[in-house]
Amino acid sequence: MSTLALRPLANTLYRNNNLFLFLLLTPPLLWFGVAYLGSLFALLWQSFYTFDSFSMSVSPEFTLENYRSLFDATNLDIILRTLGMAISVTLACAAIAFPIAYYMTRYATPRERGCFYVGVMLPMWASYIVKAYAWTVILSQQGILYWFINHLGLTNGLNQVLQLPIIGGNTLATSNLGRFIVFTYLWLPFMILPIQAALERVPSNLLQASSDLGARPGQTFRKILFPLVFPGVIAGSIFTFSLTLGDYIIPQLIGPSGLYIGNMVYTMQGSVGNMPLAAAFTVVPIVLIAIYLKMAKRAGAFDAL
Amino acid sequence: MSKSPFWLKTLAYGGLAFLHFPIAVILINAFLAGDGEKATFTLRWFHEALARDDVITAIALSLKVASVATLLALIMGVMAAAALYRRNFFGKEAITTMLILPIALPGIITGISLLSAMSMLAITPGFWTIVVSHATFCVVMIYNNVVARFRRMPHSLVEASMDLGADGFTTFRHVILPQLATALLAGALLAFALSFDELIVTIFTAGHEITLPIWLLNQLARPRDAAITNVVAMMVMLITALPIIAAYYLTRGTETVEGSSR
Repeated sequence: MSTLALRPLANTLYRNNNLFLFLLLTPPLLWFGVAYLGSLFALLWQSFYTFDSFSMSVSPEFTLENYRSLFDATNLDIILRTLGMAISVTLACAAIAFPIAYYMTRYATPRERGCFYVGVMLPMWASYIVKAYAWTVILSQQGILYWFINHLGLTNGLNQVLQLPIIGGNTLATSNLGRFIVFTYLWLPFMILPIQAALERVPSNLLQASSDLGARPGQTFRKILFPLVFPGVIAGSIFTFSLTLGDYIIPQLIGPSGLYIGNMVYTMQGSVGNMPLAAAFTVVPIVLIAIYLKMAKRAGAFDAL
Repeated sequence: MSKSPFWLKTLAYGGLAFLHFPIAVILINAFLAGDGEKATFTLRWFHEALARDDVITAIALSLKVASVATLLALIMGVMAAAALYRRNFFGKEAITTMLILPIALPGIITGISLLSAMSMLAITPGFWTIVVSHATFCVVMIYNNVVARFRRMPHSLVEASMDLGADGFTTFRHVILPQLATALLAGALLAFALSFDELIVTIFTAGHEITLPIWLLNQLARPRDAAITNVVAMMVMLITALPIIAAYYLTRGTETVEGSSR
């Protein structure tokens, strides 16, 4: 029965291309153009509102004060702390991901490659909070990592590492080193897959030609392989960079006290109720990512996606 | 193909082991009984977890949210893909960017902007606000899968069908839909998995509702309840892993075709 009703409709739509396009696009456009972009702009708009810290209330008076206060010493500290972590996590992910991706594309048998592919995809899609939870278990002082280190007799070595400035802390779970490990773990698959895709597109005869012409493996890597794969590295780094900048769960769970951009946004809108400052803080990752994308585009990363 | 250097193989497998190490820890912990010294295999925690109302409610809510969000995303994603894959028109680039934006921007931005819009419109956060926020970032999963399939589907097939006397409906039913089926299913599975364990946006849009990831986050503050947490963590892992593996096998053949043609 429903077929009878749908048939003339389907035929009218096939003949009338523009009407069809209009009908198809209206619902997604309403949802994304109005509801989603609308809320984004409303948020940005609020970043110009005034927050009265005596009455703890927001008034719609236009001000640039929120943006200026981003450059206060404490707020700048938060931004630089987050940025520093994002950069180091990105570099570490690239360094760990490259050999994995390289082995996958150049040496793995088709069967092995399938295993690697699923082996990278599964942890990538496994629940974020479960992975974070697993790391709190692993890094705790009763956890498996301490157990290993003690049994291998490396306790002194660990303590010396934890005494280093910046990366150190009282325990692994409260050190920047621990937080760095967790972030690197979480975003690593997002780096492996684009690098692997970029490597797959490098013709292997280029590498053969290079070695036939007398280049040592190191030279081939530096002069031929890396420049060709670099856009893939950049593509992956967009994920690692942006995901670290916006995270607010990991900094709560692992590592020393001291807020990240995400935590600041969360506290400001939640317990403090200073939505204008929270909104101004959300602009920071947007701007940083926009700058990063601009640089990535110049490096040709988008041709690799 | 030459033999791989030993150090490279070690690094590659070491990296893979690193990726699976925490997952293995969760799986092993879920089956362990007793504390520390004498660990034995048990299924006791599964019984206890499934007997708890808060666990069941959270699982049920997350399944419901993921199903409804996936359904909405399917409709939106297919519409957008059908509209955008062949035609070129002014603003097309802007529309694709807009669809990607919810997963390209950090989740906290999507979350806080939806929350502030809801409070402006005096909407109380609850089931439907979670669904809407999830559907927003799930659309792109469907869109990407379906648009890729549309692009690989030669338009001559549609023309041939029409030339052979089929009308628009018959062509859709017998030519287009069968070719889209696996892409739809794969996209839906990914969207479901994405929604099922989303936390960052959900915290903002959930109000007083407790989805499974939020329940897990709350559990982190209750270390004495760790045995139950381990079991539920393992279940979450399985519920998301199965659709992912299924989606991989559904799209596997087509992806190699796309890669080799470049």
